[in-house]
Amino acid sequence: MGALLGVLPFFAYTTIFLVIPTLIVVVGAFLDGNSRPTLGNLSALTQPQIMSAFIRSVLLSAVTAVLGAVFGALLAYAVSTGREGGPLRRLVTSLCGVLAQFGGVTLAFAFVATVGFQGFVTLWLQNVGIDLAGSTWLFEPGKGLILVYTYFQIPLMLIVFLPAVEGLRPQWREAAESLGGNTWHYWRHVAGPILAPSFIGAMLLLFTNAFSAYATAAALISQGSPIIPLQIGGTLSSEVILGQENVGKAMALGMVVIVAVVMTLYTVLERRTTRWLGR
Amino acid sequence: MAALVDAAKKEGTLNVIALPPDWANYGEIIKGFQAKYGLKVDSAQPDASSADEITAAKNLKGQSKAPDVFDLGGAVASANTTMFAPYKVATFNDIPALLKDANGLGVSDYGGFMSIGYDAGKVPAPKTVADLLKPAYKGKVALNGDPTKAGAGFSGVVMAALSQGGSADDISKGVDFFKALKAAGNFLPIDPTGATIESGQTPVVFDWDYLNVAQGKKLTGTMDWKTLIPAGAVVGGYYVQAINKDAPHPAAARLWQEYLYSDEGQNLWLKGGARPVRENAMVKAGTIDKAAYAALPKAVGTPVFLTKEQNDKANTYLTANWAKAIG
Amino acid sequence: MKLRAARRRSQSILRRMIVGLIGLFFALPLLGMVEFTTRAPGGGRTLETWATLFDAATIDANYPELKAGILASAGLVVLTVAIMLIMLVPTMTWVRLRLPGVRRLVEFVCLLPLTIPAIVLVVGLAPVYAWVAYFLGESSLWLAFAYVVLVLPYAYRALDAGLNAIDVNTLAEAARSLGAGWPTVMWRIILPNVRTAVLSASFLSVALVLGEFTIANLFSRDNLQVAINLLNKRDASLATAAALAALILAFIVLFAMSFVGAGRRSHQPEEN
Repeated sequence: MGALLGVLPFFAYTTIFLVIPTLIVVVGAFLDGNSRPTLGNLSALTQPQIMSAFIRSVLLSAVTAVLGAVFGALLAYAVSTGREGGPLRRLVTSLCGVLAQFGGVTLAFAFVATVGFQGFVTLWLQNVGIDLAGSTWLFEPGKGLILVYTYFQIPLMLIVFLPAVEGLRPQWREAAESLGGNTWHYWRHVAGPILAPSFIGAMLLLFTNAFSAYATAAALISQGSPIIPLQIGGTLSSEVILGQENVGKAMALGMVVIVAVVMTLYTVLERRTTRWLGR
Repeated sequence: MAALVDAAKKEGTLNVIALPPDWANYGEIIKGFQAKYGLKVDSAQPDASSADEITAAKNLKGQSKAPDVFDLGGAVASANTTMFAPYKVATFNDIPALLKDANGLGVSDYGGFMSIGYDAGKVPAPKTVADLLKPAYKGKVALNGDPTKAGAGFSGVVMAALSQGGSADDISKGVDFFKALKAAGNFLPIDPTGATIESGQTPVVFDWDYLNVAQGKKLTGTMDWKTLIPAGAVVGGYYVQAINKDAPHPAAARLWQEYLYSDEGQNLWLKGGARPVRENAMVKAGTIDKAAYAALPKAVGTPVFLTKEQNDKANTYLTANWAKAIG
Repeated sequence: MKLRAARRRSQSILRRMIVGLIGLFFALPLLGMVEFTTRAPGGGRTLETWATLFDAATIDANYPELKAGILASAGLVVLTVAIMLIMLVPTMTWVRLRLPGVRRLVEFVCLLPLTIPAIVLVVGLAPVYAWVAYFLGESSLWLAFAYVVLVLPYAYRALDAGLNAIDVNTLAEAARSLGAGWPTVMWRIILPNVRTAVLSASFLSVALVLGEFTIANLFSRDNLQVAINLLNKRDASLATAAALAALILAFIVLFAMSFVGAGRRSHQPEEN
């Protein structure tokens, strides 16, 4: 029992500032406009535009999680092979630390100023003969939004994954080689299994990061609310269609459920990879 | 009135919300109020929608940062009268009966008409709404807000409907127009802001006339931003002032309203391109700022103001069809 | 010998390529911002906006909310990082050492803040903050409590990766068997070995606090991003320059932080 005391501060803090607010939202999902219990908000979730918003959100988050994870891991690997304590590592990690949280109106604006219709890259490419401005691709969740989200997913991956990559000892590489293995063997049997749990855990983080991102999408796509956070924003802020706040809370509950499902999948996957290591 | 000024000065601060400085000249109005009475004005959440204002009042209830006064769209105002404290300003009788609650719970303050703002240097001057379907406007047209979320966006669709032969009862032609606009590749789903206009990313914007006029004034010298109210498609909307029942600075809140509805306040709104609610009374009394009044964008045709029933009908239609049309 | 040198060379080329390409991707939108802030009316470039930004007297006079926002954010950064580290590092280590069964629960709790968009979280936080305002006052600094919660997912993941890389149990047991008390174990054994992870978690906290907008805005409090947003309504060019300056400032802060504890060598020697 004494051991539990050690985690008491953590659980007390998160109960006050996280669990209670979450419960308030979850309970709200089951209340109607007059604070009476109802399942109406949940059934409102089955409307076609909300279901397709959920699907689009999941796809967007999954794709940007994978893209961010792969490129971020590559970057982490590249940085880790550099001189320890050298300037490259410090520069890249500092830059990524900053860009990982760069978002919202400023990021949306920066992207439009770069690859929008009047963006300086678009105009420069037009001079060279390539026409990017053929459509409003930047403002579609399937294209432009993926690019913009990846912009902060990659740095996030680097920050979160670098400690794991740095745990790889160069001696292990040499040991694998001295036993007759090549690069592929090293990655498949030594480095891969060691990094896998941290890699997948980081990807889970990237997924949820994209899933609940709101401000950037709101600035880029102010029409039609194609993804769930925008739908929620609509229920809370609309001055035209009123009284839908509790449907928004139901949507938030849906998001929590989806993340719980993804987390379960991740747990199963992690247990499998941990078995390789015999820990 | 003197007693009110003293009480307000004792309170020392006024909390306002959702009042961007370039919205109907609120920047100057706030400065004027601060200078005249020596009170500090704390302006929070300039991007808040009307619904956000009410939410903030609920979230911050009992705290010193809760909003003292609201500036709300009509729908939100009607739905939340239980949150207001009634107050009749000195000039209450000048306000048309249709535009105020008889007890002073929520009173219209200024209004405007829906318009098309455009960069005259970059795009050809549109004469009608339908002109915007032409290829010259490819990738250039933005609407200020989603019609299912924002009053300006909603009125933009109504204006398009009126211009295409629809009516206040049937806005389907407006939704069809934007669908066609999107199909032609002319419609940008981005949120138009001062930044996007200044940097040239949104050369054509559907917005309230006073907002477009303000952008034009701000960008004189950098850009020739003009405002057009399409003939025969004149959609109007008034905003509503109300005092928070639980205002942390009740005297300051009432003094603010006195200022807004005084000739000085009303003329400052006029300067920002908005039509003050005491317009007719001030014209009769000769206290209106004649130069600013003459500079307002011309509205040719009968102004249309939607009734509550028409609003509800339009909302139902939009909820079912907007996302599909421009998705 | 030969192998090692060849490997180092190919690694070096690969490293430069990867960093170069991804670096270019990162740089472009930032260049877009620079391009916008250096536009002169009538074509050409000007540094006028940047000059205004660094003119402290003008900023103080015309844009007081920017100064207030900067100060508030600076305080929030320090407070958030402190609370996060004090709470999270001992807890995670303790869970590994004594309560492995609780690990999944801690992980879920640490991921929960990210499942709910901030705009909804505010709905739930409002009553809690009403109590905070009652007991502690209404300063923007108390937003740190909410920020620590926002930072949990990222900090947890970074610390988890770092703790994965070392054998916490063995280290702790060895230290305990040599007579070290728990504080010594934490401070002198575990902490130096997870230096990178702790720095990563702190990095993410600093960046999150400096970039946070939604919660501060919805509670009508001051912070850097709220100030920049208000500025955007009056002068878009200046606001963009301020945002870019904030990014550069954050970069400098993080770069400086990366030198903390650099003296202590915690890795095994490279050569035998």
